[in-house]
Amino acid sequence: MNALEIRGLTRSFPGFTLGPLDLNLPGGCILGLVGQNGAGKSTTIRLILNSLRRDGGSIRVLGLDNQDAAFTQLKNDIGVVLDTANFPETLTLKHIAALMRGSYTRWDEARFNELVQRFGLPENKKFRDFSRGMQQKLAIACALSHQARLLILDEATAGLDPLVRDEILDLFREFVADEEHSILISSHISSDLEKICDYIACLHQGKLLFTAEKDALLEDLALWQGSAEQLEELADEAIVAVQQQPYGVTALVKRAEMPAGAQLEKPRLDDVFLFVVKQQGKGACGK
Amino acid sequence: MEIIIRNSSDQPIYMQICEQVKSQIISGALAAGTMLPSIRSLARDLRISVITTKRAYDELEAEGFICTVPGKGCFVAEQDLKLAQEANLRRMEEHLQQAAALAKGCGVGKEELLAMFGLLLEEE
Repeated sequence: MNALEIRGLTRSFPGFTLGPLDLNLPGGCILGLVGQNGAGKSTTIRLILNSLRRDGGSIRVLGLDNQDAAFTQLKNDIGVVLDTANFPETLTLKHIAALMRGSYTRWDEARFNELVQRFGLPENKKFRDFSRGMQQKLAIACALSHQARLLILDEATAGLDPLVRDEILDLFREFVADEEHSILISSHISSDLEKICDYIACLHQGKLLFTAEKDALLEDLALWQGSAEQLEELADEAIVAVQQQPYGVTALVKRAEMPAGAQLEKPRLDDVFLFVVKQQGKGACGK
Repeated sequence: MEIIIRNSSDQPIYMQICEQVKSQIISGALAAGTMLPSIRSLARDLRISVITTKRAYDELEAEGFICTVPGKGCFVAEQDLKLAQEANLRRMEEHLQQAAALAKGCGVGKEELLAMFGLLLEEE
């Protein structure tokens, strides 16, 4: 079953239109949303949570239409972490736990305490005195403590140092070790997405540029460098995107279409993203 | 079982897993009947995608190196060493074909290629 199924989703604002968007998150997998600021990542996530009404299309979350009356109850099954944690300012951990116990039917206090300890969150500080990193960690601890089946994370690791981010990525990996569990994650930090995602969806100006299985994407594509003349000799179908540089050309190419013996480098997700988005700006077709 | 994933390698990750598991089966380090970790736990421990891990297991199963018992897990299959040897021969042939194609592409003749191969063998 798909944990998320988005069909023909549209939403218009003055000066910005999202969609039409089609997106699947297969159960048991991690789907990463990449895109520039304003590409529509957060809008998509708010539409999924139905905190923003869609203009058209359909969204099914864990099999249920998100405008169905029963969706409110389904929120027990969804753990959400947005880019800024939002808890009442004067509360301490104990009070926040009590609040969560009242909000979620399957609140798991033991799990929460374990995560709070693992993250080293202070027991007696008020929420407003938490550092930004601590606030994010608290939000993640809450999202992981009510036996959710789907995590929706919008820039959840932003503002955290590399060590903590790594620890949190491990928690996410543990989460999907259960094949009933899935994660939708948006992030600017494409190295994080590269580390944990099974699928990548790239948004640009409200449109989906591509969705792909991450490992296959990075293995099928390659970076090639050479002179402008050498580029001419390459088959057209081999070239995905080109960047001119002062002393040569770098191209994103399809590995399988390249002649044997060509010097190729494995791209990072960042490279693919930059090449495809810049190529889009030039009006040529991407992958 | 030991598996080392190199992100910088040109070889796809699923293939790296396949090759390493295969060579451990052929060398006897992984005996027939040994239970392999589940796809999900291997993916978690290697910090790689579930899809890629599944692809590696599918490949290994298709080639007869492992077998899946529904509800129980994946196990190293009873190996026919002749078959494994056959597979190795096939791979050698593939590599040699690649070398031959490369040689042809840059005008290296048969004599030169054979001499090069001879030298390589002597070095070992």
